[in-house]
Order: sequence, then structure tokens, then C-alpha cells
Amino acid sequence: MTPAVSIVDVVKHFGSLKALDGVSLNIEQGEFFGLLGQNGAGKTTLISSLAGLVRPDAGRLSVLGYDVIADFREARRRLGVVPQELVFDPFFNVRETLRIQSGYFGIRKNDDWIDEILENLDLTSKANVNMRRLSGGMKRRVLVAQALVHKPPVIVLDEPTAGVDVELRQGLWQFVRRLNAEGHTIILTTHYLEEAENLCGRIALMKQGRILALDTTANLMAAHPGGTLEDVFVRTMQQ
Amino acid sequence: MTGFWTLFYKEFLRFWKVAFQTVAAPVLTALLYLLIFGHVLDEHVRVHGVQYTSFLIPGLVMMQVLQNAFANSSSSLIQAKITGSIVFVLLPPIPYSAFFVAYVLAAVLRGVMVGVGVLLATVWFAEITVVAPLWILVFSLIGGAMFGALGMIAGIWAEKFDQLAAFQNFLIMPLTMLSGVFYSIYTLPAFWQGVSHYNPVFYMIDGFRYGFFGVSDVPPQTSLLVVAACFAAVSLVTLHLLKSGWKLRA
Repeated sequence: MTPAVSIVDVVKHFGSLKALDGVSLNIEQGEFFGLLGQNGAGKTTLISSLAGLVRPDAGRLSVLGYDVIADFREARRRLGVVPQELVFDPFFNVRETLRIQSGYFGIRKNDDWIDEILENLDLTSKANVNMRRLSGGMKRRVLVAQALVHKPPVIVLDEPTAGVDVELRQGLWQFVRRLNAEGHTIILTTHYLEEAENLCGRIALMKQGRILALDTTANLMAAHPGGTLEDVFVRTMQQ
Repeated sequence: MTGFWTLFYKEFLRFWKVAFQTVAAPVLTALLYLLIFGHVLDEHVRVHGVQYTSFLIPGLVMMQVLQNAFANSSSSLIQAKITGSIVFVLLPPIPYSAFFVAYVLAAVLRGVMVGVGVLLATVWFAEITVVAPLWILVFSLIGGAMFGALGMIAGIWAEKFDQLAAFQNFLIMPLTMLSGVFYSIYTLPAFWQGVSHYNPVFYMIDGFRYGFFGVSDVPPQTSLLVVAACFAAVSLVTLHLLKSGWKLRA
């Protein structure tokens, strides 16, 4: 089966900084995959390369077999990205934002799905509220909704729960678990290691642009009996 | 095509939702220019046999078309870059050519809407004739498109609002103000007449004005060639920047 995401020998420099140092990785369809690492490890650069926001110096990335540069239209149709930064367009309300985002992906009438997303993210009451008037947590929910409007088979969540209250976190994970159960591939970066431990079937640990460990969550934990994922993380980062 | 139309519609909504600032304010500015210059010069100056206020109105209309077309695309891009919301248009599968056309068309639309507003607000102050409406349409569309594309270059290049302001104040404003909006270049000394011929905006204003009065400093066909060539050059540069992802994709 074609992997959901294929990353082969990807290198990216920012000036003298080597942000990605020959990263190779396959993520299979239907996986709930965790990409963990300290700040500056290269997680966001890797995700941005996958999304076409960063152009790697070397290597190849593909989404469901479509090269992110040569076949960028097909690759991007299959990918939904929740960016790490809390960004929004202040001119529009929530529903307008989601309709516009649907249109960018070539979908004209998408209100049924938009309503379903709004309901699942507890945004229905905010549908006609301008983005400027939403709290940080609400804006984060809209970012998640924007990534889902085109029903992408591969969903990347770059620290989606940063600054989000417990209630929303639980609601969000419930929704994402459901999407995963329906066959969507989920790629998650987070600094909340307990979330990764509970959700991810497989995890890659990154440091200084390289993958230090890549295995199932169970195998990683088994290598450190009695420990938590946090213990695994700390010991791996000390290598 | 849906991606393109959505982007165009979004760009339209972006200025229409704040139309008081983006459409009404430039109309008022042009009206003030007309009242001040018209009041001072109308009884003393005739250009190409036309009363000064009548001469001034098409110049003001075109100046606002150009300046607002530039302002639309440049402000949209710089704002999206600075707030980070540019990712919403970079993540979807929108080809760079569609990106270009959507931004330019929205810029033209705003420019033309302001231009029509200026005309409607000022036409009561002087006798205005329309000799060749096709020339008016052609120059306003191509001029607006060129400044929309120029606004894209400025918006892509600038990383801060003050850089964009510098582009606007030190390039766009002098180009438009010194293009014959307020005078015929034949009233200038020979040296400055020569300099004016290197300003593409001069040809836009002159050709546009020809549509109203049937007289101009240079033949409208010549102006059209110059303006079309400049638009093609600016478009090629803009398309190249978009294709390369310069300052948009790291």
C-alpha cells in the first residue's frame, strides 16, 4: 500500500543552520503518528516541507504517492495542516473563513460538512462571530476546522493543543480519534508527551534535524521498563 | 477554477467590508484636490483648449484607479505575511498563475470602483465629455492591472509596513503625481518634458484623458503600446516571484 507520507533524505538549511539533516521516514495510511522533539528539533520545518511552505535543499517528500513539488496540487488536496502559530484573517467570521477555505480547495457547497465540523469542535454558536472576537482557544479550534474542510486523508496537527483548555483538548482528541478510526492518517507534534503516549501508535523523536528514535510507542516504552514516554524522551534527548 | 474565484472573491470582500476606508476615503481625497486646485486655477488655466477643472477630473480619476489598485494587492499581501494568515492561501492547491490573476483582478476592481466614485463625485463641478469610451476602459483596466501587479511585487518584497510605505511614498506617489495628472507636460521645461516620457504613468493618464477630450500629449496608440509593454514586464516579474516562492515559501 502507498504510504500516507514518504520522506526520503530531506535536507534543509537556513543559512548556516542545518534544520533537517537527511530525514527519512514513512508513515503508513491510517496511522496515528507522533513527531516529538525539543524546540528547534526540525519538526515544524519537516511539516512545512510536507505542506510546500518550505522548499528542501535535497530529498523528496510525497503525500499518498504524490510528490509535494512535482505533483503539488494532488499532494495538497490530500493534506490538511493545522499550523502551530495562532493565525487568522480578521476580515471574516468563522463560517466565512471555512467557506473560503473550502473554495480554495475547489469545493463550492460545503455547508453540511462545515456544520458537522463546527458541531464537533463546539463552534456552532460562534459560526457568525468575527475571528477577531474569538478567544485564543476558539481561534485554535477554527484552525483545526480549516485544516479539515476538504476532508484530507492525511491530517497534520502541529501543536494543536498549545494554550487550549482541558475541555477543548478532550473534545478535540475525541474528534481526531474518530477521524483516525474512519481511516484518516494523523500526524501530531506536541510537547504534551502524555497526549502522544495515549494517542500515537508510532513515534519519531527528533533532535537537531535528525531522527534519533523511530518505533511503536509500545516498543519505545518497553525499552525503558516502568517509565513514561517522558522518561524515554529525556533519555533519548541526552544521547 | 473554484480556487481562483474564491481567492478573487476573498480579495474583493477584504476591501468591500471596509469600503468606507478603501473606496469612500480616496473619493473624498480626490474631491478635495479638485476643490482646491479647481478653485485656484480654473479661471486662469486652459489645457488643450479645455477648462482646467474639466482637464483635472480624468487625471484625478486615473490617479486614484492606479493608487488604489496598488494599495489593494500590496496591503493584502503584507498584512497576510505579517499576521501569518498567508498560509491559508499557500497551503491549498492554487497555481501561482491563478494566484496572480485573482489578486490583480481584485486590485483592478477596487481601482475602477474608486475611479467611478471619483467621477460621480466630481462630474458636477465641470463639463465632462466622453469622446472615446473604449480608450477610457482600456487604459483604466491595463493601468489598474499594472499597478495591481506592482502592488504584488511590493507586498511580496516588503517584510514590514514601513518598507511598503517607502515603496508607496518614494516610487508610486512620485510616479503618479508627476505624470500629468495636474498639468500637461507641454507646460514643463524641455528637460522635464523629456523626463516625463520615461514615466509609464504619464502614458496611462494621457491615454485615459484622450478618451474624454479626444486630445492628448501623445497619440493614444503610442500610449497603449508603452502601457501594455510595461504591464507585460511587471507581470512577468510578478509571476516569476510567485513561481519561485521568493519571500513567501522559505
